[in-house]
Formats: sequence, C-alpha cells, structure tokens
Amino acid sequence: MVKPLTRPHPGTRVGARKADYGYVAFLLPGIVLFLAVIVVPLLMNIGISFTRWSGVGTPEWIGFDNYDRLLHDTNFWISFRNIGFIILAMAVLPTLLGLFLAAVLFDYVAKRIGPRTASVFRSGLYLPQVLPVAVTGIVWGWILHPSYGALNSILERVGLGALAQNWLGDPAYALLSVMAVMVWFQLGYPVVMFMAGLQRVDPELYEAADLDGAGWFQRFTRIAVHQIKPEIYVVLVTTTIAALKIFGQIFVLTRGGPGNATLVPSYFAYQNFFEKADAGYGSAIATVLTAIIVVLTYLFLRIQTRDERLEGS
Amino acid sequence: MVAATAARRGRPGRLTASTVLIGLTVLTLLVLAPFLVVALNAVKAPAEYAANGPLSLPGELYLRGIVDFWFRVDFGEKLWNSFLISATVAVGAVVISVLNAYAIGIGRMRGRLAFLMFFLLANLLPQEALVYPLYYLSKQVGLYNSRIAVIIIFTAIQAAFGTYLLSSVFRDFPRQLLEAAAMDGAGKWRVLWKVVVPTSWPTLSVLFTFFFIWTWNEFFLPLIFLISNDKQTVPVALGVLQGDRMMDATTTSASALLGIVPAVLFFLIFQRTLTRGVLAGAVK
Repeated sequence: MVKPLTRPHPGTRVGARKADYGYVAFLLPGIVLFLAVIVVPLLMNIGISFTRWSGVGTPEWIGFDNYDRLLHDTNFWISFRNIGFIILAMAVLPTLLGLFLAAVLFDYVAKRIGPRTASVFRSGLYLPQVLPVAVTGIVWGWILHPSYGALNSILERVGLGALAQNWLGDPAYALLSVMAVMVWFQLGYPVVMFMAGLQRVDPELYEAADLDGAGWFQRFTRIAVHQIKPEIYVVLVTTTIAALKIFGQIFVLTRGGPGNATLVPSYFAYQNFFEKADAGYGSAIATVLTAIIVVLTYLFLRIQTRDERLEGS
Repeated sequence: MVAATAARRGRPGRLTASTVLIGLTVLTLLVLAPFLVVALNAVKAPAEYAANGPLSLPGELYLRGIVDFWFRVDFGEKLWNSFLISATVAVGAVVISVLNAYAIGIGRMRGRLAFLMFFLLANLLPQEALVYPLYYLSKQVGLYNSRIAVIIIFTAIQAAFGTYLLSSVFRDFPRQLLEAAAMDGAGKWRVLWKVVVPTSWPTLSVLFTFFFIWTWNEFFLPLIFLISNDKQTVPVALGVLQGDRMMDATTTSASALLGIVPAVLFFLIFQRTLTRGVLAGAVK
C-alpha cells in the first residue's frame, strides 16, 4: 500500500547529527558479545605471552623473553616461509581462477547455454567448501597415502607408476601436496562470491558496452572486474587471513611434518599450548600472528576505503 | 580467449560453446573426483579393496562398514549436536550482523573504519589467540564442555564477518527507499525490519548459508571445548577417531562418507534458497 508523501512533523524530524547517535543502540548487542568473547580473552592472551606458564599454577612474569626466543627460533621463521606458499594456494590462485570462472559461468554459460547449467557448475566447484576440515583431511590423507592411496594407484594404472610419491611423507612434496589440496578446497568460494557480485552489475552497462562493440574479454576486464571490486577485496582479505590461520588441514594431514616441512604458525602455537605445556611461548606466537593479521587487514581496509572515496560521489 | 574472439564476431558458434562446456566439465569432474572415489569405496568390502584397489567398481553393495561405523560413534547424536550448534549460531550471527551493519553501513556512523576494524578483528583472530583465556573463563562461569559455550563463541566470530560484509553492502543501499520510509514517519527500528531486511534478504540468506556451513565445519575450538563424547560434533568425532586408531581404507572412506553426506545435503537444501534469493534480489 502506497502511503501519501508527507513532510515529517517537526517533532519527529531527525537531524543529521542526532541520527549519528540514534544508531548506536543497534551496536550494543554486538559490542557486549564481542567484549566477552574477543576483547577480554585477547588481552588475557597478550598478558600470558609475557609469562612462563605451563597452564596450571601461577604464571611467572618474564617480560619479553618469549619474544626474544621467537626471533632466534628457526622453526618460527620456517613456519612463516611456509605460510607464504599457503597464501599463494589459498588466496592468490583461487581468486585469479575464480574471477575467470565466475565470468565465464555468469556471462557466457548462463546467457548462452542456460542459468541452470551455470549453477550446476557453480555447485560442483563449491562442493569442497562444504566439507568439514577434518573430513577433507581424512579424504586426502587416504587419497595421497603412499601404499594404498587412490592417487598412486591411478598413476600406476595409467602407466605413470614412476610418478608415484609419498605425497605427504616426503619433505620435497609435502608442502606442494598441501597447497594442491588447498586450491581444490578453496576454489569454489571466490566463484560463488564473484557470481553473486556479478548479479549486481547493471545490465545496461553490458548493453552499452555491446553497442560500443566491446568483446567478451573487454567487458570482463572493464566492467565485470571493475564492478565487483568490493567482492574481490572481501575474498582476498578473507582467504589471505584464512591462510594465515590455517590449522585444521595441517593438523589432520601432516601435523606440520615431515620434520617442519609443513609447519605453520598456528600449529606451532598449538604445539606449545598442548604438547609442550608452554602456554607463555604459545601465547607469544599467537600474539605475533594476530599482530600480522591486524596490520594486513588495516592495510586492506585502507586501500578499499580510499578506492571507495575515489569512486564515490 | 577463444570465447572472446567468437563473441567479438557476434556469433557464439557451436564449437566455442562446446569447448567451454567440455573445459568446465573436466575441471568440475576433477574437483568432484575425491567425492566419487570416497563414495565408491565406502560401499566396498575390505577384501575387495585389498584385491582390486580403490578404483574398481564394487562387485556388491557392502553397507556393513557404514552401519558398523555409525553405531560405533553414535553418529545420530553427533549429527544432532552439529545441527543444533550450527543453526543457532547462523541465526544469531545473522541477527547481530544486521544490527551492526545497520548502524555502520546505513547509519554511516563516524569512525566507520574504526568500527569495521573493531568487529572484523573477531573474525580475523587466530583462534589460538583466544583459546586459553576462553578455556579459563568458560570454566569460571561453568560453561566449559557445553554446547552453549561453543554457540556463544562462534556467534561472535561469524557475526564479525557478517558485519564487515553487510556494512559495505548497506553502504550502497538505495537512499531513496530509506528517505521515502523516513518521510512516512517510520522510525529506525521500523525502517530496519520493513525496508532494509526484506530488501537485502538474498544477501542475508547467503550469509546464513556461509555461517551454517562454516560453523558445522569448525574443528579447533569444538575439539577443545566439547570433550565429552555425547556433546561432540561430527568433525570432532571423526577427527578424534582418525587420530585414535589406524583404520583400514574402507572404514576410512565410510567415515569420510558419513562426514560428507550431511554437509552436502545441507548445501543442496541451501542451494535452492540461494537461487530463490538471487532471483528475488534481481527484481528489486
């Protein structure tokens, strides 16, 4: 039902300045929850990182000793080198592939062949994302198993038995194997996000481009990629951070091994918390990882808001 | 690139369409291959696996492995725990996300960047940075080893991502709609429920789906917080069992299949909601 347009009564008029405060009430539940679950525990964690503490008894204050120890710990540096490769596999490759696939599916398959076909492909590519990490680990741990695994069995079947490897147990291949699993796992997320983003793009833009004689690839780079920039930012931020935090897959697949070939910071922290009963050192690792993530996010957000400001009214 | 050339000529052509289709089909089949291999071997007798390897078709449907595994871990109980936790978190986190994003994205509060950082932080933090204090605090308030503790923690973590995403979506919310509602004398609460929420329903259902699946799949915190067997979720039960004892290949695939099936089922259910949501959104 359409109500007649009326000017608001003076009494109910909400000034611009007043509006700013009127919205604060909506933030309250979030803030309370956030304080209890995030802020307080995080501050406690930072506190613990300055202590020697086995998890029971009274923590002993030792200042920056844990951080000093970190700087001279080879495993710590290796874990960060490894995470660089994981970021490549979880953020960079899936975003590039996902952009291309989403554009092909949305713009070509959906329009020329049918939206149903496009959504079938989208679902297929997204399927690994719905799996619990623990199950991913069970599946791939078995497929990549050196003696009874499916991959080596397939290689032998097609006469490429010479290529068979101990995929997760050989230091030369373990990280690459984990990277391959992560690309498989992660690819569907950018495809879904980018296809949803492409729905937002005004069809008139495409029609105008068509009239100007723009080809598929030009429309992809000039319109699609440009219009879904917010989604690209979100995907890059979330996947990079997911890569920095990777734990479950490493835990189930390799436990950081062999040696330290797939050691990552979060697993390194976990080791100190629960295997070595060194909560102080574990907290220091977690704190450094947190700091890196916060700085990265801040930079991402700065770039994003600057872009919005450049494009905005 | 082939597609681009053809499109530029203005004639899609059959060859191009089938090339694209074949390429996509091969890629998708590669992605789905692990699921097929798991399904194939979950219904295979151990002797047959030993004799013919992982790729042979099962000679007969062997369901003993799955049934035995189901009762061994009381899988129905694990399913219920996972469902209860994931659904509660997804609903709670969407509600909190909408409230936050309404203030930040539409209210355009000052210090927007600071607020975004504030909420995003919760989603970004490595859970290792929270786990010890949360463990300690949950014991203090008597919530350790309870599903409620896991629900509260994940509602906060998921809502943080939702706030971040919805805030940028709400920033682009058509101002005319808001202004029209305000002209009609609707307050902020009414505008939220009568204008903003219905209009952004497609995005909210996408968020709900992500939250549900992400929570369902969580491993680290549930592993630490749900120590008693009757409170464990599906991934924790499977992960713990995997570590506890060596399983043979067919039991491994049977357990993997039990882990995969509910996740895939929920995904298929959500898939329809997503499609409906996107269609509804296009009409806007």
